[in-house]
Amino acid sequence: MTDLKVSLLGHTLKNPIIPASGTFGFGYEFAEWYDINCLGSISLKGTTLSERYGNPLPRVAECSSGMLNAIGLQNKGVDKVISEEIEKLKAVYSDKVIANVGGHSEEEYISVCEKFDGCDKVFAIELNISCPNVKGGGMAFGVDPTVASNLVAKIKKRVKKPIMVKLSPNVTSISEMAKAVEGAGADAISLINTLVGMRIDIATAKPILATGSGGYSGKGVFPVALKMIYDVKKAVSIPVVGMGGVSSAKDAVEMMMAGATAVMVGTQNLINPYACKEIIETLPAVLNKIKTEKISDIIGRAQ
Amino acid sequence: MKQEILTVKSNIALASDVYKMTLGECEKPIPGQFVEIAVDGFTLRRPFCVYDYDGKNMTVLYKVLGEGTKAMSKMQSGQKADVLTGLGNGFDIEKSSKPLLIGGGLGAAPLLYLAKCFREKGIEPVLFLGAKTASELCFLSDFKDFKVYTSTDDGSEGFKGTIVDGLKNLSLDFDRFYACGSVNMLKSLPSFSDRGYISMEARMACGFGACMGCSIHTASGTKRVCKDGPIFDVKEVIFD
Ligand SMILES: Cc1cc2nc3c(=O)[nH]c(=O)nc-3n(C[C@H](O)[C@H](O)[C@H](O)COP(=O)(O)OP(=O)(O)OC[C@H]3O[C@@H](n4cnc5c(N)ncnc54)[C@H](O)[C@@H]3O)c2cc1C
Ligand SMILES: Cc1cc2nc3c(=O)[nH]c(=O)nc-3n(C[C@H](O)[C@H](O)[C@H](O)COP(=O)(O)O)c2cc1C
Ligand code: FES
Repeated sequence: MTDLKVSLLGHTLKNPIIPASGTFGFGYEFAEWYDINCLGSISLKGTTLSERYGNPLPRVAECSSGMLNAIGLQNKGVDKVISEEIEKLKAVYSDKVIANVGGHSEEEYISVCEKFDGCDKVFAIELNISCPNVKGGGMAFGVDPTVASNLVAKIKKRVKKPIMVKLSPNVTSISEMAKAVEGAGADAISLINTLVGMRIDIATAKPILATGSGGYSGKGVFPVALKMIYDVKKAVSIPVVGMGGVSSAKDAVEMMMAGATAVMVGTQNLINPYACKEIIETLPAVLNKIKTEKISDIIGRAQ
Repeated sequence: MKQEILTVKSNIALASDVYKMTLGECEKPIPGQFVEIAVDGFTLRRPFCVYDYDGKNMTVLYKVLGEGTKAMSKMQSGQKADVLTGLGNGFDIEKSSKPLLIGGGLGAAPLLYLAKCFREKGIEPVLFLGAKTASELCFLSDFKDFKVYTSTDDGSEGFKGTIVDGLKNLSLDFDRFYACGSVNMLKSLPSFSDRGYISMEARMACGFGACMGCSIHTASGTKRVCKDGPIFDVKEVIFD
């Protein structure tokens, strides 16, 4: 029997596969496709203090081997996320989940984190300081090591639940960023968020996305993500959660060998609603091939 | 919502850039629902309304617009296609006993099956199909069993002028309209009547409510075209 269990931030996941924030709604949407209790955990849609509509349409565009998005953190605001969305999720998912927090200011990040700190369903908070789609916030916190570590230090003082900082690949040295947030007290790091990109409609000579640019994700980013995870794992001693272009169980195994304790799957859920379930079901066969019984044994094996 | 591996039964050209693809066998859809077809070599699925359903097979009417639909036009009978079916809310046919169905160009796509569903209930719908020019109504013969009025901007078929002008000109007796077409056409409908439902379009990533890629403003807040729609009460939608 293959053992798929991994331990993350004091919580045992029955397997390391977690749908990535923004590609799985608040989870219950997918319960219409399959029993989502098979998932290791779920990273919820990015949540802000007040309700946000997000950016004007079009906010998605296709690329070869991936897509661009400029959703702009559409959500109902943290109070309704806790009282409505997480309540709906509880009915279809029994394990604990990861809240994903976005913001425009330090105060906003702190308030949202504090609210999730009091929510039993959440075992960890993923701090999105890497969203390329929110003006004046999001990624602005994630490209300067000093700004990022100040934010993390302030949140750590106020919040008891473990903080996982989600890093942007749109930086000169992601390892420097990782070290900075580790120094400020981050409990884990997740990466990568999307890469800034653009598509142009040749008929109008204008960008397809209403905001001009957006974040690139999907299969095409996999090798870029893998290298960054490998580098970050070398640079820090806290756990690393990997994501970026994962579309198969083999990709997930590769990412764990690079150093990921758990693997998030994003864009592939939008193309194949059964993606996470299929990856989980295929993991034992992939591990069998490499004669591994315990998946936790492969974490960082390529280091 | 369901993922189905369907077989292409036929894929024929009605005009140089308009095709009809029949896929089967699949479950009975609600009129106004859409499907998402995975096209080899493309990341995102392509959304299309259900044009027709014969009890076993479903047909989509599509325009070759970019690379994805071009690749679809080359698909052969017998080929398998990975399709998400039963997406979106669909039209509520219980809401009307004297329906008027309005299509702008390829916006006629969801109306044939809708008209058939009304007839099945013993209700005879009236249709109004408009386009820029007659050649854009290349699918008109599919509607020959129904009462159909037409208009074209250039007068090459039916009333000469816009759809709204054509509708105003007729003073038809109806209790609800059901419309699909370009955003500009849909936007102009309230000047004709606000008693009806419209099928909205948006660029989509998932098509089933997960990514928030297709959200629009409505009188009752933000709604996803793919999941809360694509059919909305015309009074609800706030056009940008
Ligand atoms: C709910 C819904 C129902 C639809 N029903 C029909 C139908 O019955 N018949 C029909 O001909 N067309 C329909 N469309 C439009 C159709 O989906 C697009 O024409 C098609 O996706 C274009 O693909 P492409 O690869 O040829 O174009 P490309 O421009 O190469 O496509 C690139 C990306 O943009 C998206 N895209 C481009 N144009 C549109 C558009 N107008 N609307 C939405 N997405 C677009 C594509 O899906 C793809 O993700 C519908 C759209 C929606 C949202
Ligand atoms: C439509 C969409 C919405 C996203 N929204 C969020 C979000 O709200 N918060 C966040 O931290 N990341 C968000 N992301 C980034 C993903 O969680 C993930 O980091 C990225 O897409 C790379 O993984 P992938 O290639 O598997 O998609 C979003 C991605 C997509 C495609
Ligand atoms: S296209 Fe993903 S929510 Fe509508």
